[in-house]
Amino acid sequence: MSASKILRNFVIAAAMALPLTAVAVDEYRVVIENHRFEPAEVKIPAGKRVVLIVENRDATPEEFESHELKREKIIAGGKTAKIRIGPLEPGRYPFFGEFNEDTAQGAVIVE
Amino acid sequence: MFSTGIIVFREVLEAALIISIIAAATRGVAGRTAWIAAGVGAGLCGATVVAGFTDVIADFSEGRGQEIFNASVLLLAVLMLAWHNIWMAAHARKLAGDMKSVGTAVSLGERGLWVIAVVVGLAVLREGSEVVLFAYGIAAAGAAAGSMAIGGLVGLACGVVTGYALYAGLLRIPVRHFFTVTGWMILLLAAGLASSAAGYLLQAGLLPALGNQLWDSSGFISSDSAVGEVLHILVGYEARPAGIQLVFYVSTLVAIGLGMLWSGRRSRRPAGTPAADKQARPVPASS
Repeated sequence: MSASKILRNFVIAAAMALPLTAVAVDEYRVVIENHRFEPAEVKIPAGKRVVLIVENRDATPEEFESHELKREKIIAGGKTAKIRIGPLEPGRYPFFGEFNEDTAQGAVIVE
Repeated sequence: MFSTGIIVFREVLEAALIISIIAAATRGVAGRTAWIAAGVGAGLCGATVVAGFTDVIADFSEGRGQEIFNASVLLLAVLMLAWHNIWMAAHARKLAGDMKSVGTAVSLGERGLWVIAVVVGLAVLREGSEVVLFAYGIAAAGAAAGSMAIGGLVGLACGVVTGYALYAGLLRIPVRHFFTVTGWMILLLAAGLASSAAGYLLQAGLLPALGNQLWDSSGFISSDSAVGEVLHILVGYEARPAGIQLVFYVSTLVAIGLGMLWSGRRSRRPAGTPAADKQARPVPASS
């Protein structure tokens, strides 16, 4: 294989890889309402980076927290936050709202 | 009411423990109480401002603002703790010696003291802004607000009392070991804060994980148990650390440790060689 061919193949490979890293991150929506997560369980594929789009419809702030996912993020009332997670092994990763822990419980199910 | 108290207690505890370690570590230094008080005051003002601008901070850098802000606050605190410890390594012997002979505060000048105000201020800022946000939620709760506010105040009081208990406990350590112990505590505290900062930067996708989960010791000490939380505050315990967190932890430990050694050696040099030094000044070193 000549150097120019290698270069050309490399450029094609890079061009094909680019959209994968830049665009193909799946988004999963979770809504906080009345201090509860809806849906309470989010199913995501194993070994992939995904983004949780968490919309807080309550007037009060909430802190999305998960020891298993190692995530901790305050979401102001009426605001939406992006929480990047993964790639993860299959399993159940609970999360909760720290400011309303009695009701705000949920989990990411990786399969 | 009970759960409100717990949440406030948790947030207050972290700041309270950091303040009590700092207060103990600067024992015997003239003027340190005023600097700590200034730090608490500035931290409370800052916490209110940060809480008010939560939206603005969060929207910065494509929604990574909160993580970047938290990591910056933590890393600044690490820098200040490093400075403090390296500075103290040069003065600890004089302090320990003077404390035994005079029993009163020693003036070391105020050159190094603004650092403790910054450390205290940053701790109060970080934890306080969460309390302010949470309190806003309570205020919006309406009917239940009264009992929740009482819970919050009880949580605040418990946090302060626990911090004071740690301070009182540390003061019982014999003088000749005292600054060694507080030095180690600040060293581990700084390493833990650095690891937390790495956690936030990882969460923002700004650092590679280098292993999402090095180990899982949550079956042994869970992160949400009381022991786990206190260990997290004091020595940066993580039940499921990422590789990058360990890298930050160890690098901080080594960097500050070397700085302390260097500073301690340098301060002893004018009195003679290290061996002669021990014989020349037996009072602060032993007894």
